[in-house]
Formats: sequence, C-alpha cells, structure tokens
Amino acid sequence: MTTADSKTAGESWEMVVGLEVHVQLKTRTKIFCSCSAEYGAAPNANTCPVCLALPGALPVLNAHAVALATRAVLALNCEVQPVSVFARKNYFYPDLPKGYQISQFDKPLALRGWIEIGTRADHSPIRIGVTRVHMEEDAGKSIHDRFPGVTAVDLNRSGVPLIEIVSEPDIRSAEEAGAYLRVLKQILEYVDVSDLNMEEGSLRVDANVSARRRGDTKLGTKTEVKNVNSFSGVERALEVEFARHVAVLEAGGAIEQQTMLWDGSTVRPARSKEGSHDYRYFPEPDLPPLILDLQWIEKERHDLPELPAARRKRFASEYKLGEYDVEVLTSNPRLADYYESVARAHGEPKAAANWVMGEVMATLKTSDEDITRFRVRPADLAALLGLVRDGVVSHTAAKQIFARMVATGDQPAQIAEREGLVKVDDDSQLSTWLDEVIAEHPSEAERFRSGEKKLQGVLIGAVMKKSKGRADPRKLTQLLTARLTS
Amino acid sequence: MTARCCADVRSDTAAGRVTAADTLTAAIDRAHDVGAGREGLNIFAWRDDDDARRQAATIGDRLADTTPGALLGVPIAVKDNIATRTMPTTCGSRILEGYVSPYEATVVRRLREAGGIVFGKTNMDEFAMGSSTEHSAYGPTRNPIAPDRVPGGSSGGSAAAVASGIVSIALGSETGGSVRQPAAFCGIVGVKPTYGRVSRFGLVAFASSLDQVGVFGQTVDDAARGLAVIAGHDEMDSTSADIAVPDYTAAASTDVKGLVVGLPKEYFPASLDPAIRAKCDAAIAHLKALGATVKEVSLPHTDLAIPVYYIIAPAEASSNLARFDGVRYGLRITGDGLRGMYEATRSGGFGSEVTRRILLGTYVLSAGYYDAYYRKAQQVRTLIANDFRRVFDSGVHVLFTPTAPSTAFPIGAISDPYEMYLSDIFTATANLAGVPAMSIPIGRIGGLPVGGQFLATHFDEARMFNAAYALERALGAEARA
Repeated sequence: MTTADSKTAGESWEMVVGLEVHVQLKTRTKIFCSCSAEYGAAPNANTCPVCLALPGALPVLNAHAVALATRAVLALNCEVQPVSVFARKNYFYPDLPKGYQISQFDKPLALRGWIEIGTRADHSPIRIGVTRVHMEEDAGKSIHDRFPGVTAVDLNRSGVPLIEIVSEPDIRSAEEAGAYLRVLKQILEYVDVSDLNMEEGSLRVDANVSARRRGDTKLGTKTEVKNVNSFSGVERALEVEFARHVAVLEAGGAIEQQTMLWDGSTVRPARSKEGSHDYRYFPEPDLPPLILDLQWIEKERHDLPELPAARRKRFASEYKLGEYDVEVLTSNPRLADYYESVARAHGEPKAAANWVMGEVMATLKTSDEDITRFRVRPADLAALLGLVRDGVVSHTAAKQIFARMVATGDQPAQIAEREGLVKVDDDSQLSTWLDEVIAEHPSEAERFRSGEKKLQGVLIGAVMKKSKGRADPRKLTQLLTARLTS
Repeated sequence: MTARCCADVRSDTAAGRVTAADTLTAAIDRAHDVGAGREGLNIFAWRDDDDARRQAATIGDRLADTTPGALLGVPIAVKDNIATRTMPTTCGSRILEGYVSPYEATVVRRLREAGGIVFGKTNMDEFAMGSSTEHSAYGPTRNPIAPDRVPGGSSGGSAAAVASGIVSIALGSETGGSVRQPAAFCGIVGVKPTYGRVSRFGLVAFASSLDQVGVFGQTVDDAARGLAVIAGHDEMDSTSADIAVPDYTAAASTDVKGLVVGLPKEYFPASLDPAIRAKCDAAIAHLKALGATVKEVSLPHTDLAIPVYYIIAPAEASSNLARFDGVRYGLRITGDGLRGMYEATRSGGFGSEVTRRILLGTYVLSAGYYDAYYRKAQQVRTLIANDFRRVFDSGVHVLFTPTAPSTAFPIGAISDPYEMYLSDIFTATANLAGVPAMSIPIGRIGGLPVGGQFLATHFDEARMFNAAYALERALGAEARA
C-alpha cells in the first residue's frame, strides 16, 4: 500500500473512542478501613486486617471518600443517584486479597454526565457524555521484577478509594481524546478531589477504540488499550491501534475484542483470557446500600467551587483579559487563585497578569515548585507591583527585587531600600550622572546634539548602567533633551 | 452434671466466694471427666488451659470494679470461626491450620470485657457448612447425650461443650440453623439473634447476609446473659444495627398472659414425626395453661426456604472463601505457576462439602445463570420475609415450631447432601428473613432431646426470651424426659 492509499483508506474510516478514567480520591485513609492512603510508604506498611482480607474482617465505608466522589460527579454534570449499591467483582489475583474487588455495578453513584472539550469549526461545543461514575477500591500491586523467580505483593494500595469515570463512545479522534482528558483533569483539579498524578497512579486511563466506515452508525468491534501512562501516550496509542484496526478491516479481516497493552510505541495483545472474565458480580452483603440525602446532595452542589468554564468567563469579563491570558491563568485553580489575589490587591489586572504569567510562572517552571508553596505570596507581589506603579522602583529594578523576594521571602520595599534599588528622580543626582556620561562619550553627545536622535538610547542606557537601574528613565530623558537640544 | 449458671458464678466471683481460677479448674476437670478430647467427644478444635488460667488470674484484679462484669469469671467456649488472638481460628478447615488471628472478634472482646474467660475453640463443620459437625478437619464431634450420634451442626462443638456441662454458655454461629439445630440435638438452649443485633466483625464469613453469632446456654437465663453481653452496635460492622439492647434477664419473666403465640401450619406438616409433634403439643398446652393465646398462622413460602438458602448461601460463600488462596496466610501448596498454586491449595485445603458449595455458588452467580438463580432466590427471599412481617403485623408476638424435623441421627447415617440440607428446614427461614429465633429443650424421645423453636419479629428478642423462659419453667424436668 502506498502512502497515498493508506491516507485515503484512513480518511474513509472513523475512529470511535470511549475512555475509562480511574481517579484516586484524595482521602487521608482508605475507602473501607482506617489505614493511611498515602503513596510511597514501605511495602505493606499501610495495611490492616481489613485491607489484608484477614478472615472475619469487614469493610466500613469512608464518608469522606463519598463526599469527594459526589463533588467530582457533580462537577461532571452527572445525576447523583440517591441510592447506589456496592457490588463484588470476583476474580483471583495475588494483589486482590479478598478475591473480589468492592466496586459498584448496576447501581453506580452517578449516571449521565457530560463535559465540553472545545468547539467545532461552526463554534458548536463538542460535548462528550459521561455514561457513569462509580466508586471502588483499588487493588494492591504485584511486583514481578524485584525478586528473581517470584512475585512480590504490596498491599499498601489495596483499598485506596477510586472513582471510575466511563465516557460515552463520543470521542472521534486522538486529539479529542487528549482534549477530553485535559478538560477532565482540569475540572477534577478545580474540585480538588485527587492528586491526579499519573506517575503515582492516582490517575489512570484505559481507552476503548473501534473503527467504522464514515457514515456508519453501528459501532465496530472495540479493543481496550491499557497501560498508557500519559495523555500524549493515549493519543499516540489510539492512533497506532486505530491504524491497526483499519489495516485489518481493509484487508477484509475482523477485529478480535481483546485487551491490548501499550508499551510506548506499539500495542500488543494482553493475555487472551483478559476480557473474557466472568466477574460474577453480586451486591456486596457486607455493606448496606449507599443512601445519599437529597438535601446533602444539594448542599454539595451549592458548595462546589467555581469550575473552569465559569472562571474563564469571569476572568475575561471581570479582569478584561484576552483569551490567551485567561487560558493560561485558569489552567489550574491554584494559579488562578494566586492571580486573583494579586489582581485584587494590586487593582490593575493586566499588570498582575503580565507578572504572574511572566516572572512568577518562569520561576516556578525553573524550580518545579507548586504555587501554593511559592515564597512570594500574592500580597507581596502586589506590593512590588505597587512600587512600580507609584514610580518608587523601575521595572528593571522590580525584576531584581522579585528575584531577591524569591530567594529571601523579604518584603519588596525592604529589599529596594536595602539594595539601593529605589528609583532616583532627584535632578541633581541625575544631572551629575548625565554630566559624567557626556564627558565619557563626547562624540556621541555631539552627534546627538546635531540631530542624531537615535543616540538618545545609547546615552540614557549609559546613565542607567551607571545608576544600576535606579535612574528614573522618564525624568532622565527630559533632562537629556533639555541639556543637549537647548 | 451441669456447669454452674452464669448468674451464680458472677455473684460468687464478685463476692469473693469463689475465684475465677476455681471455676476454670472445675471446667477443665469436667472436660477431662466427660472425655472432651480428640478420642472422646472431640468437642474442641483447640484448647489452651494455660492461656485460660492466665485469663482467670487477671479476673482477681477486677473485683474492685464498681459493677462486676456480667460474665465475671465465667468460662466460655467459642466456635472455631470466631477470631481470637490467643488461640488459633481455623474454621475446622485444613486451609487455616494453625492460623492465629492478629485481631479479636468484637464478640470475643466484649466477652472478655464482661469478665468472661475464653475456654477453648470448639469444633465445627468446616466453614460452618453442615448440620452434623461431621465435616471437620478435626473429625466429628460426638453428642454428649448419645456419643454414637451427631451433636448437630455446624456449631456442634459449642453445643456439646454446654451439653456436657463443661461451660454454661458458648458462642456459635448461625447461617441456616447452626446454633438452634445443635441446641435441639443436644438438649440445651440456642439463640440466633436478629440479623444486625450482634457484630459479625471477626466472625469468619460463610454467607454474609445470613451469618449471625449466636449463643448457647444451659438455660434461657444463661443464653440471655450471654447475648446481652455480645449484642449491640459495632462501628466495625456496617450491617450491625444501632438499636438499643434491652435487659434480656428482666425480659425473662414467667408471665405470658396475653402473649399471642402463632403456630405456623407449614412447620407442622403431616409428615412430621408424630413423637416430635406430641412434644410440641405438650409444650403448646403449657403455654396455653400459662395464659398465652395460641392460634394457627400461615407462612406460605416456607417450603421454598431450603432451595433459596442453598442458592444464596453458596453464592456468598463462593466469594467469601476466595480469600483462602494460599497467598497471605494459611495453607499453601505450590503447583505449576500461580494457577497451579491456587488449584493445589484450594483442592488440598477445602473438604468436599465446602468444595461442593463453592462450585454451586460459582455456578449460580455466573453470567447467564444469575437471573435464573441468584436474582430469583433474592426475590423469593423477600417473599419469605414478607410472610413473617404479615404474621407479626397481625398481632402475633412469637411463633412456636419444632426446631428440627428429627432428633440427633447416628454419625455417618446421612451421606446424601440434600438429605442433610433438609435438617435446616425449620431453621433456615429465620436467617433468610433476618428475624430472631431460639431453640429450647422440650422433652426427649428415646433418650434423645427434642427442641422447640420460638421466633419473634426483628429486634424483639426480649419477647422471645419471655416465652422461652416461661415454657422452660413450666416444663421443668419434663424438658429432659
């Protein structure tokens, strides 16, 4: 097949994708026992009779996990079910200590949600349906490569609370899949229910993909791609798996419904028995149905923090920011909070935006630091911006002061004073520096005097250098003009 | 000879008239005298007399307590499927051989807090699956009344420990009659509380929606005192009810005037052994003579209880027993790879009855069969529960029935599993409906005890104790004749 052919073939097929996203809820303890849910403890340190499935131990539902899950599903526009039922998903595996996972099956926590992931060419929103969201416990971890010849089991993760967010097969391209994941992650960040760290496994994605001829309404046979550990990985894996589907179908073959594993560049079938499991689900008799009070649900809905879309809209109208600035500043809620605090304290939203998107983000990027722990607090930054606005320090000096604030945490005014960075607008000092510069650059001064205006910059620059950035450039320009053109 | 009753042991211990060590020594001597060991009645899965003595030694320190514990100084036998820290908990199974729980069941903790002494772990049908205590890795327990016969099951060891006079109370567990049927076979009192009345935390699960810890007593009063200690809400068991526990000993009054006793006709079928019927009739005559109103009622779905039970219980068991996989504790037999290890461990560790029920349960939960079996069984279960609700809503306070369709049968006499399952025909309904029920001795046939069963509505154990206590008093020596 030539490149042109494959392109044509690809264009006559449509990708259909549904995503299953597992999100670890940010609780202090596990979902059914009081063990710590923290990541990174010594193997099996965070275990007890319940999460080790010792004989006779029973699960007790963590109310905080329910609250976080509810907050998440409300943010995804789901219908919260006032009655949901935990169920046992039965299968044998060494890292599944009870021999079943407590999950939810036919009566999940939430149904019928949606999120908007962007707009089409005609400006209509691209809305992806959320089929269902259910709560479940995580399994432990099997470690196959640590000890030769044996598998080790770490049950620290056993019983960590998860929600599984299942999308409708509404996604039509790898880019849409990426967009869905980024928007989903942003929303969940806003409602603060998870650490959403793919490396630590607090966010995991499985992708169901199928191909069909454009115009067909029936879904093709799907495969499930697992083991993808980044959003861009999902996009690449989908392209690769979709191309495989198309090639098989073009050749007159059929797709076998199976689980595929992504290894970073290719997909290969997982052990064939996966996917053919009969999990023998039945309602978990150790837990009564989860009944949520309607008033409580409404209170949770009312208490939801502002979601990304609303915040973007508000930033645009309230702070008169452009689309790009809004996009950047609302990318995560902590950055948005920081910006808002600076903007409100300073009173000039655009200047605040420039500083946050410039100096602040650059510094954070270099140090890979979280903004909530950033040394320069919004009030301090606003104070610095105030010094610039009031002409106390120059813009150049402000950048130096900012660097010192990052390093020391000191107040900007204090640093400006201490480091002699307060702007000099005193005529006699400025005249002295100007005299010196003219003396040092006689020919440039002469040429400027005879009309070569572009030399103004050279002379002013020399004064700025001499003053270590303290000279007030506006006043200096006035003095220079007066001196050499009169 | 019987053990001294709980009330006496408690008051004597509190007053310093006897020590807990004296009471314990009497129990140890009694166990020796009746031949409780492996070669004899084979009552215990595990005994540790040194551990029991250490427990008894600490009781002396508690005599200064302002309120003596309700079971102060009382030795108590505990079924081998209830987690204890100082003795193994093996469920009568090879798969848990030598397993010692690092934590203790809520019921055991409460017994200890009340001053009770865990005397030993009692033999049982493996994982509580059985009605004869023949299906144990430790071999069968014998009935102290007739040692060639079974004590009933699955809590046969606990029943035998009480019936032989070693202890006055013992803990058992019920899923379909495993306390009441052995109580009937051994001529003692056995109580299955309302589902949710007693914490299941630390009770090794057989069928979670049916399991409940129960109490054996030499008398209704002993059983009531035992239940009072273990009953009540436990935050470690989400299915335990947060409902206040009344004083059962106060409820154990002989006054039953105005009590309405229902006789469900389905429990007195034409096929019922006439001798058992005669014992029931005599008991009913006593209740009438005491001023109770007796009337016939109907629980029309009773005959569906056994089929429903043998779908739901194995289904839950197939899942509950999945944790015995050789990975973390208990028996591990290596095999070819992971699957081989699972197969070798579980085939080698579980006995035939347990294996049968796991297979049965796996089948009824399988895709394509779930609706026909499990879902249907749950629907019928609701009908059975509604039968009880209707009868109790109609003004009936308690029901009276025979506990079991037969007296204790000879060891080895029943080899057909289905025939064995029918042993639970009058008891499984209470587990399916979640209502409390108890068996008390109402006489003997050819020297073998017969049990009469009282059932009450949810959480109304007090009324049940009231009726049982009155009948026990009225029967007097007749209960053992």
